[in-house]
Amino acid sequence: MSGRTELPVIRTDAPPACAARLVHDFTPALIDVGAHHLCPGCGEPIAMRSMVEQVEELDQVRRAIAVFGIGCYTAYSNNLDIEVLQALHGRAPSLATGVKRCRPDTLVFTVQGDGDMVNEGLQEVLHAAARGENITCFMLNNGVFGETGGHMTAATVLGQRTKNTLDGRDAAQHGYPIRLADLIAQLDGAAYVARGAVNNAVNITRTNRMIKNAFRAQLEGRGFSFVEILTMCPTGWFVDTLDAPAYLDEALAATHRPGVLKDTSKPAAPVSALAPVVAPESAPASAKGTTA
Amino acid sequence: MTAATRPDRASHAARIMPGPAAIAEAMLAAGCRFFAGYPMTPFTEVLETMAARLPEVGGVCVNAESELEAVGMAWGAAATGTPAATGSTGQGLSLMQESLAEIVYARLPLVVLNMARAQGDYFQATRGGGHGDYRHLVLAPCDVPEAVELTQLAFHLAEKWRSPVLVMGDYYLAHTHQSVTVAPLDFGPLPPRDWALDGRSGGSGAAKLISPLSDAKQRHAAGRADAGYDLAEFYHRHVAVMERMVAEEPPRAETEFVEDAEVVVVAYGTPGAYVRQAVRELRAEGRRVGYVRPITLVPFPSEIVAAAAAGGRTVAVYENNQGQMLDDVRLAVLGAAPVRFIGGLSLDASGFGIAPDLDVAVLKARIAAVHDAAAPAGDAGHDGRGGAA
Amino acid sequence: MTVSLGTLVIDTEACKGCELCIDACPPDVLRMTTDIVNERGYRYPQLLPGCIACKACTAICPDFVFQVYRYEQPQQHGEAAE
Repeated sequence: MSGRTELPVIRTDAPPACAARLVHDFTPALIDVGAHHLCPGCGEPIAMRSMVEQVEELDQVRRAIAVFGIGCYTAYSNNLDIEVLQALHGRAPSLATGVKRCRPDTLVFTVQGDGDMVNEGLQEVLHAAARGENITCFMLNNGVFGETGGHMTAATVLGQRTKNTLDGRDAAQHGYPIRLADLIAQLDGAAYVARGAVNNAVNITRTNRMIKNAFRAQLEGRGFSFVEILTMCPTGWFVDTLDAPAYLDEALAATHRPGVLKDTSKPAAPVSALAPVVAPESAPASAKGTTA
Repeated sequence: MTAATRPDRASHAARIMPGPAAIAEAMLAAGCRFFAGYPMTPFTEVLETMAARLPEVGGVCVNAESELEAVGMAWGAAATGTPAATGSTGQGLSLMQESLAEIVYARLPLVVLNMARAQGDYFQATRGGGHGDYRHLVLAPCDVPEAVELTQLAFHLAEKWRSPVLVMGDYYLAHTHQSVTVAPLDFGPLPPRDWALDGRSGGSGAAKLISPLSDAKQRHAAGRADAGYDLAEFYHRHVAVMERMVAEEPPRAETEFVEDAEVVVVAYGTPGAYVRQAVRELRAEGRRVGYVRPITLVPFPSEIVAAAAAGGRTVAVYENNQGQMLDDVRLAVLGAAPVRFIGGLSLDASGFGIAPDLDVAVLKARIAAVHDAAAPAGDAGHDGRGGAA
Repeated sequence: MTVSLGTLVIDTEACKGCELCIDACPPDVLRMTTDIVNERGYRYPQLLPGCIACKACTAICPDFVFQVYRYEQPQQHGEAAE
């Protein structure tokens, strides 16, 4: 240890006495109750904060309707100061479709996990994307069913240990993971597709930008937008909370590569390290003002 | 369809319409502005008509990629306070059951059509094909004009109770042309849709929540250290609403000749109309028979059936299935009268529900046989034994 | 002498001791307690001089434990802070 440990501990039980400006508060304004019973080191509250902060930054608080799937994050569905519609496991994109078609003036987004979206609800999200449904879907991807205690999902990466793949996911026995963002990016109805992560401050900042761009795609009526957010689940991964950010990089992000996979607001070909996607010849009929 | 023949140009005049078109026009007359469905015989024609007609009135019809998505879309639409409907045929309804069970607990109005094949879906409709402890109202029209009325009533009841209401149709209803008038019906005032989502309550400190888990926010869960949903509290509160709905909503049934009938036949839906004709012909032939045709399957008209069976008269049940409503009739009669089943699954090779048994002569013979067996020896309570016996 | 550009308020009772903030902090001025725990038994972070008010700790904190303040004037630390 350096000599810095001898430095005095700053008092942090009250706001500073000298002139100072509050730049970030405890709990985001749109989350009612900050305390929750999700596990230590969980990535989902971090992602939740990012979403509601972008709703606020884009001044959509009084126009937003969130549609929740079923997972640990469902703890937030009755804990937001924006309107919420609770869906069944996997079905949120269809509910969001019904909401948006009846209230085109609202900002509609879904909050789902990888079990919810890739396992039980895969066809819902694919069809919503293919229809160019003008909604935004968020997938919190931690590669496990966290709420049941850490079981394999269709997004679990090869070698990942879960409660029902104790020796690691083996392709011969359990098949291969689905890279959902890559799949959605290939659909003509998708206007913006990106994959972020919340395992460090830089990735969180990038993810915030992705969320904002996804919302913008919807607000501009460009079609379906999607952000997959890699989140930590130290409990489900059997790793220490402190090791979880690195595990996310080494295990999950190696298969589910972060980046912007498709952005129809950009004239150039989408940037993707993993799966280059050819922009569709023409924009989908429902989209407007696609390319700058 | 030319402009001159568009239904809205002559909407209140009686005209010959196919069942699905009449049901669709009834939905529009009731204010329905969102519909989602997936093709399946004999539901398909309802979807076709809604896809053509809804945009004309500013509504939305989505050709969903599955029944799961159809009911999900209708769920979302209903949450915005838009009068919404979906439907299918029995099998498709099976796919929707998980959502229907949840929509009941989410307390959302939704009209659901089951254009059933035969009558095998009685249990699915009335017992809750889905999970959990729930009830919703079920209406069963026997012909196109009644379907037009009950479809509109379904929208009223759905909104009144904030609950799904199921309309049970069948293959005959979907493939029969009948003279019918579709005019908007007024069933009385409804509560305001102050629960509906429009985004505007965001940031108010009390943003709206529509969830099958609860309508209470965490910040209002006083005294709970770890905030979350209080499922027990919500379920008990909601069950009380469901109990009130089933208790207060008057059961409906059509009855005829029950006052002095020695045999009372119970049948619903299209077969109910066949039974009605068979009973009328047997009456004309001098047999003291009558019928009860339940129109609400939930709540089941138990008291009407019990009254018709009073005095130990024989009750005969006709259904185009192995005997499902039979259970409800037995529960209504509670052993006070003998209950005979004269139905059974009757299908043609297509399986769509075109029943060879739905023949007035066949039904007359079965009812007469029950009547013969029921009549006490030497009883002169009826004048003759003519007809098909 | 260390300069702080900002400071924190730490809701130590809300902390679940995951330590994500420790690694996230660019100037490395957060330390976990070693022998002190909160009411629920979790160790929690403490702030040393040198905070740059970058918000990395609060961005990654799953339990919304931090408030971040930016000083109007940088503060010098040579002795125990008030």
